[in-house]
Amino acid sequence: MAEVDNTALLQFLLRTGDNTLILGHRVSEWCGHAPILEEDIALANTALDLIGQTQLWLGYAAEVQGMGKSADDLAFLRDVWDFRNVLLVELPNGDFGQTLMRQFLFDAWHSIMLPRLAKGTDERVREIAQKAVKEVSYHVERSADTVVGLGDGTEESHARMQAALDYLYPYVGELFESDEVDAAMVDAGIAPDPASLRDEYDALVGRVMEKATLTVPDGSFAHKGGRTGRMHTEHLGHLVSSMQWLQRAYPGSEW
Amino acid sequence: MYAQMIKTARPGIKSREEMTDQEREFQDKIDNDIKIEPRDWMPEDYRKTLIRQIGQHAHSEVVGQLPEGNWITRAPTLERKAILLAKVQDEAGHGLYLYSAAETLGVTRDDLVERLHEGRMKYSSIFNYPTLNWADIGAVGWLVDGAAIINQVALQRTSYGPYSRAMVRICKEESFHARQGYHAIMKMAFGTPAQKKMAQDALNRLWFPSLMMFGPSDKDSVHSEQSMAWKIKVKTNDELRQQFVDQTVPQIEYLGLDLPDPGITWNEEREHYDFTDPDWNEFFDVLKGNGPCNTDRMRDRKAAWDDGQWVRDGLLAHARKKAAARVAAE
Ligand SMILES: [Fe+2]
Ligand SMILES: [Fe+2]
Ligand SMILES: [Fe+2]
Repeated sequence: MAEVDNTALLQFLLRTGDNTLILGHRVSEWCGHAPILEEDIALANTALDLIGQTQLWLGYAAEVQGMGKSADDLAFLRDVWDFRNVLLVELPNGDFGQTLMRQFLFDAWHSIMLPRLAKGTDERVREIAQKAVKEVSYHVERSADTVVGLGDGTEESHARMQAALDYLYPYVGELFESDEVDAAMVDAGIAPDPASLRDEYDALVGRVMEKATLTVPDGSFAHKGGRTGRMHTEHLGHLVSSMQWLQRAYPGSEW
Repeated sequence: MYAQMIKTARPGIKSREEMTDQEREFQDKIDNDIKIEPRDWMPEDYRKTLIRQIGQHAHSEVVGQLPEGNWITRAPTLERKAILLAKVQDEAGHGLYLYSAAETLGVTRDDLVERLHEGRMKYSSIFNYPTLNWADIGAVGWLVDGAAIINQVALQRTSYGPYSRAMVRICKEESFHARQGYHAIMKMAFGTPAQKKMAQDALNRLWFPSLMMFGPSDKDSVHSEQSMAWKIKVKTNDELRQQFVDQTVPQIEYLGLDLPDPGITWNEEREHYDFTDPDWNEFFDVLKGNGPCNTDRMRDRKAAWDDGQWVRDGLLAHARKKAAARVAAE
């Protein structure tokens, strides 16, 4: 196994931690506005798990960075161009169907990726992944059930879920992009090549969409630019400006 | 506590002579601290009063998500965001638990929610006040959950079994919220001058609304007497309010914040703090729907419910299809 290059490891950790940070933030926007009380509880719980995972991923990222920063510094004091999450997770919530469809498309990938990380060569990554994998196996079960229930529900719920899938699907491909950071992770035995997970993902998503009576769009076009930081969507800036406001307005305070 | 001004059918209480045998037997049970359970006989007015009280309490937990949720996306650290998410999740859970307790009295959750949305039921006046700076989140935990606990600890002894048990469970979590809230505001009070200013602002704004949570003075609460006799209420509004003031003033002093009411002074003779009564006209205005946030809160809740109709319909339709498929397979 190759010794891991810290720059690559940092990028990998930011990608992983920014995904959970931004998605957790998005999901938390639902607070008090869900269609039914049980969903308020479930959404808060999902957001809470994701923010908890973020603390661990970004905490480790800050250590690897070695500049004396904390997970909070990384979350609250980087500008948009330094975020490394996939575009999928920064897209707006839309209606409840779109939120749950996005959740499922992410959970499905997360549930396939984490068990690999949990068996990798980096002890810290392994520990964090082992903790997260339990939470995420519950998330994917739940989001899959909801996608199936709403896809195969009424005519209206079906139409809304199909529209959500059509809108979100072009953002799925970015999850399976590979670049030199991923190659370094593969060489070091820390993480698998994302591209190698695609078949398993397609099979899982295919099974769920079939039960949901939804059609996976054809076409392999993928919007990307989030995980490399080359180009985020316009949406991320607004998310970041409310998320970071207190830290920016009152620098150096302890909260 | 989130129950204020709960109406009974009439002011005052029936004398023993006025009671039927059944009513006398019921009152004896209560007087002997025997819990009333869902299948026991109970006077219709006892049942209705409890539905109002537990329902209002449940609605308060649910609407109470909104002022706190207002800061979830702006929480200043990951830890604070996680703590707040966990708290709001607990509050929603309390709502669920209380709706279930109310359902044991023969009413459905959907029916209670409908009554809320039509303005036929209320929720605690406190949630019609805005959360304007981050210290409000600490202050809500400290003062609002703190006030709720005082009332709810008393209600653990309430006569209706399911309500009493719900209170025992909920109180544990509320105490945790109050401690976390106090810790959050402590950080602010001992922080930078700007943070201390936020803490003071939060305290000044939320102090009187917190006192109002206990409801009007006993002499003005015409329905209290029957509720006390039935042990639906266990202590008077004024007793609870005094307890809250007595416990909170030393905490304010510890934080080094200015007292939010110049009328707060230690009364040697009573061995309690004196304090200024909240403005009850404001309280009644809030109850009538004229609080700073009533309109927005109800609009948010109704929109959540209406926008979610297709989701509930969809999931129900799917559940029916699945059940039908199961029957067909058998
Ligand atoms: Fe609560
Ligand atoms: Fe509460
Ligand atoms: Fe609470």
